[in-house]
Amino acid sequence: MTDFSEIWSYLSGQPLLWLTATLVAYAAADMLYRRAGMAPWANPVLIAVLLLSAALWLTDTGYGAYFEGAQFIHFMLGPATVALAVPLHANLRRAGRAALPLAGALVAGSFTAILVALGTAWALGAERGVLLALAPKSATAPVAMGVAEGLGGSPTLTAVLVITTGIIGAVAATPLLNALRIRDWRARGFAVGVAAHGIGTARAFQVHPTAGTFAGLGMGLNAVLTALIAPFVVTWFL
Amino acid sequence: MLGHITLILLFQLVGEIAVRAAQLPVPGPVLGMVLLLALLLARPALAPAMEPTARGILAHLSLLFVPAGVGMMGHLGALGADGPAIAAALVLSTLSAIAVGALVFSGLARLVGTEDEDAEQARADD
Repeated sequence: MTDFSEIWSYLSGQPLLWLTATLVAYAAADMLYRRAGMAPWANPVLIAVLLLSAALWLTDTGYGAYFEGAQFIHFMLGPATVALAVPLHANLRRAGRAALPLAGALVAGSFTAILVALGTAWALGAERGVLLALAPKSATAPVAMGVAEGLGGSPTLTAVLVITTGIIGAVAATPLLNALRIRDWRARGFAVGVAAHGIGTARAFQVHPTAGTFAGLGMGLNAVLTALIAPFVVTWFL
Repeated sequence: MLGHITLILLFQLVGEIAVRAAQLPVPGPVLGMVLLLALLLARPALAPAMEPTARGILAHLSLLFVPAGVGMMGHLGALGADGPAIAAALVLSTLSAIAVGALVFSGLARLVGTEDEDAEQARADD
């Protein structure tokens, strides 16, 4: 019989192991999420990330080796963004009717995200590099990283802040919006898309198709608005 | 199905190329989404045909963020002395942005009288 270490050395050199592990971890996390009645605290992204981080730590696997397999899943983010055009098209007339609320909520949500993040970090004495990475963090990752890099900030730190923001938004949105008694699925979804980009949008799609569509719209519009305003707003805090 | 996936990848590719050529401040896939939307407006018959493919991809949108999330975990420890300030900034800004955005949306919708059929339904369900 072949030694286990030989099998391991084969597996650790192939994308198959960590690609499969990512799907298995997500399937387990999704099952827990459904068992918990889709409770926001049981967010499947968060649970899958924790499971995989534990697996990487236990097997002493670096992120580079993990990403060799996981990159195939990561790649699908691009096509998924393009595919958002289909539900958006189906709801375009509805979105057009709500043009004024959409514009108002976009500007208010986008400025609030940037100003509160920078104001809080500035008041608590965070250094310049942190402020530069925080400014665009509510935008989708590629935009946020590009904006931060353009300002001289760290794209890696920005990516970490973007993902964390998404998870916070996905977990907090439902209890927060229920407490505020907001029942309009368009308002709920759009605000989450603006504040918590794709991870918030993923949660919104699981809650209600209208919320998901408007979240996707919020994510897309805030990607553009953040790229335009974050470089100016951040200068007020430097 | 295969044709629709090809079409989606084609729009992403065009988006990526156009963003780089014109140095636009948006990611390629976002421009690809706008261009696909334009195509659907020009050819409305394509929309219902693409619907199952789009729904299939978007149903598992959460899964697609897992690899990036795992990458984030490795960097949390490196935040160092600024960790608490960053945590406070992220939580406060995300919660306030969601609250402000949703309140402004529903307030303006009520003001201009564009309340939605779903909202009426939710109220009726109470």
